[in-house]
Amino acid sequence: MARLTAGVGSSHVPLLGVAVDQGKTGDDYFGPIFAGYEWTREWEKAEKPDVVILVYNDHASAFDMKIVPTFAIGCGERYKPADEGWGPRKVPDVEGHADLAWHIAQSLILDDFDMTIINEMDVDHGLTVPLSMMFGQPETWPVKVVPLAVNVVTYPVPSGNRCWALGEAIARAVASFPEDINVQIWGTGGMSHQLQGPRAGLLNREWDNKFLDMLESDSDAARWIPHIEYLRETGSEGIEMVMWLIMRGALGKKVKTLHRHYHIPCSNTAIGHIVLEPAD
Amino acid sequence: MSEAAKPAADIHAYLAELEDIPGTRVYTAARARKGYHINQFAMSLMKGENRERFKADERAYLDEWPISEEAKAALLKRDYNTLLDLGGNVYFLSKLFSTDGLSFAEAVSTMTDMTFPEYRDMMLKGGRSPEGNRSIKGGY
Repeated sequence: MARLTAGVGSSHVPLLGVAVDQGKTGDDYFGPIFAGYEWTREWEKAEKPDVVILVYNDHASAFDMKIVPTFAIGCGERYKPADEGWGPRKVPDVEGHADLAWHIAQSLILDDFDMTIINEMDVDHGLTVPLSMMFGQPETWPVKVVPLAVNVVTYPVPSGNRCWALGEAIARAVASFPEDINVQIWGTGGMSHQLQGPRAGLLNREWDNKFLDMLESDSDAARWIPHIEYLRETGSEGIEMVMWLIMRGALGKKVKTLHRHYHIPCSNTAIGHIVLEPAD
Repeated sequence: MSEAAKPAADIHAYLAELEDIPGTRVYTAARARKGYHINQFAMSLMKGENRERFKADERAYLDEWPISEEAKAALLKRDYNTLLDLGGNVYFLSKLFSTDGLSFAEAVSTMTDMTFPEYRDMMLKGGRSPEGNRSIKGGY
């Protein structure tokens, strides 16, 4: 049976992709951010996951306002990097794992999660930047990816509780997949940031670290944080952190922290990164 | 017997709270409806040929869209705070920043009361504090 072996949380700021693509990851500005991912890059080389379930949000790239799915799962064979207005990132195409993705989609629907199924789409920085952070610049990505897109733009976005429960259901689905493969789940986005209005630029180191502490603990208290708290404390785009709850929910009650990193700023954003493994 | 369904969350109280954050326009359904064509216009700039047509004659390109005169004026002026009020969303409006060749941070700084160098400096020093910026009514 498939094994869900670890969870990773990571920011997905587009400027990080620019830093990788332009070879600036060691400079004074980006160096401290990328240094916090070195441990993870070595760890991923040793872990060699077969598949990553990559929870992210689309930033008006594959989806526009015509259709706004709350939870959507990519069941296709492959995905191309999206043109976000300045040409697609020169990164490898993302290879899907259609067997696992369809298995998860079917299992989730029977488990009361009414998923939207996507067979064709382009994937934007929300998905490709975390791959670059974890794997650098390979010729082909060393993992297959099951994209899981969450609406965190148009309100109401899904509740923290629903995200956590979706993670729990994903874990059950993975556990019943008959192939013996190593699966990780990544939650991306965040941490505190606000990209709009006169309050733009809000960051909250204290709240972000409290959130990371909650993810490390045995408690599931983080699932009950209301939307308004993310908005007040972490900026309008800090709401992306609900996607980390899908990752955490999938790992079970107890986790062991393998690595944690926090840095301010990257462009408008506080960078957060955590690596957890199930410890039940 | 199955358990009774949980009472629905109070949508009115939920939406009212979203309006209580200083200097912030949460992208609610009401804004999404109002700004639908602004956002779809911005989305059209994802295509190179549309960017070229827009740059050649912004006004003529905007006239192809069912957008209000007020919104067209705000788009021509790159008045992003007004566009947020009219239902624009920053991820869609970012297609206009990138058409202009502006970085995200520079475009975002135009919505604040700071110049871009001042804004960048604030971010390097740890960003804007949430202190006093959490609630209009509560003032905390």
